[in-house]
Amino acid sequence: MSSSGTDGLWARHSRYALPAGAGLVFLAAWEWAVAAWNVPKFVLPAPSLIAAAIVNDGPSLMKSLWFTTKVTLGAFLSAVVTGISLGVLFTLNRTLERTLWPYAVMLQVTPVVAIAPLVIIWVGFEKLWLALLILAWLVAFFPILSNTTIGLSSADHGLKNLFELYGASRWKRFRYLQFPSALPYILGGVRVSGGLALIGAVVAEFVAGSGTATGLAWRIVESGNMLNIPRMFAALLMLSVFGIVLFYLTMWLQWALLHRWHESQVRREN
Amino acid sequence: MSDTKPLVRLAGIRKVFSNGTEAIRGLDLDVRSGEFISLLGPSGCGKSTALRMIAGLGEPSEGSIDWPSSTYDAAGKPEREIGFVFQEPTLMPWATVFDNVALPFTLKDRPKHDVAARVHEALAMVGLDRFAKSYPRELSGGMKMRVSIARALVLRPKVLLMDEPFAALDEITRFKLNNDLLGLWEKQRWTVVFVTHSVYESVYLSTRIVVMAARPGRVVGELAVPAPYPRGTNFRTSQPYNDLCRNVSEMLDRAMDAESAS
Repeated sequence: MSSSGTDGLWARHSRYALPAGAGLVFLAAWEWAVAAWNVPKFVLPAPSLIAAAIVNDGPSLMKSLWFTTKVTLGAFLSAVVTGISLGVLFTLNRTLERTLWPYAVMLQVTPVVAIAPLVIIWVGFEKLWLALLILAWLVAFFPILSNTTIGLSSADHGLKNLFELYGASRWKRFRYLQFPSALPYILGGVRVSGGLALIGAVVAEFVAGSGTATGLAWRIVESGNMLNIPRMFAALLMLSVFGIVLFYLTMWLQWALLHRWHESQVRREN
Repeated sequence: MSDTKPLVRLAGIRKVFSNGTEAIRGLDLDVRSGEFISLLGPSGCGKSTALRMIAGLGEPSEGSIDWPSSTYDAAGKPEREIGFVFQEPTLMPWATVFDNVALPFTLKDRPKHDVAARVHEALAMVGLDRFAKSYPRELSGGMKMRVSIARALVLRPKVLLMDEPFAALDEITRFKLNNDLLGLWEKQRWTVVFVTHSVYESVYLSTRIVVMAARPGRVVGELAVPAPYPRGTNFRTSQPYNDLCRNVSEMLDRAMDAESAS
């Protein structure tokens, strides 16, 4: 029985232990290789140098992280609100959907890099954060809109009949049938959109250049220009960590709202 | 049965779908209070379509469906006091068993105070009161169907419409639910219109069987089942039961032959 106890412990912790161990081995090999082959630090800095950069440039990088976080979360939340609202409006009014859908698609397929200069000029450099937020929102909102629209029209046919049978009002049909049916789709869209908001914010910062923008993406470009590669890596690392946090947040949201009933979140023992 | 007026009267019903398929032609049927009628027939004979029209889901292309014993509202719609059980349990997966059964109250804006008692009463009828807080995914196929039946009964309807409710269940579960349904019906005596394609099920349950044929859907025969209730395994294995099953099967065979000859 002792072996099953050890197996249980391993099963529980291997999810974290395996990737963490692999990461440590990789970092050690990296540190060693850089020293062994005398790689210049402006080509590939050792992990210890990057760690030092995080400590030294920590306060200023944190400020940049805060800026990027504000833009990303602002864009993400706006995308959630506008994506769901527009999806609901489209479902309630098919004429509106037919009228506006092609434009929503147009916004989605036009590369954000191409629209960025225009948006920045229109909004003005003094409100660059707003321009960045709009650009990140443009990238993030479409998956939510499209998933909301599909989800709201995916209610079970039998249940629709049942609601008709009991003379349900339009509002009750929406509240008790369409919206809950759509929730898994909407949350799927929200998950994709979280990552896209960050990508949108980063791309927008790249295009915007210096100005008043002091986000992490700009710090990466700036560090590259100055050949301060350790700081570049430090900023990159912070960006990844932020992305991971955002990803797990949306995953948690999905779990919290669906785990009681939806097949995607249910653990089965067969 | 002192009330001589039928509960529902279908007269000269014809139903043509938008793709031109004639689903039903010349259907006349009186449903009397307290009856357990089975509509029996092969796929495509229009039995489900007829049931759905009785429920108000879809209008006939010709003919009329009247509720002579019911009152009509200002818009000319009858007060159909019906419960409907679909072939699938058709439960909301995001809602508990309790909320699923309470749905008719929720949708009809009934006062909230006696809802809980009524829902528990309906759940107790189908033997699932202990599962009020469970979610549908935690129940077996037979239990889900019971929840669906409880939901149909919670408003204490006069007519229970059932569209092949047990077709997707295994035979053991089906026998059990057949018996439970009959037990409830004997106590409550609502009127039941039961759609099935099982000869055995229709004979076991019904007071009257209406046999239908397809292309176009029409009634080809009717048969009363005079056996007394309660019915159980003794009836299921008796000679009269077998004779009735043979009669109904022959009626169906003749209908199918006529269909393939035409």
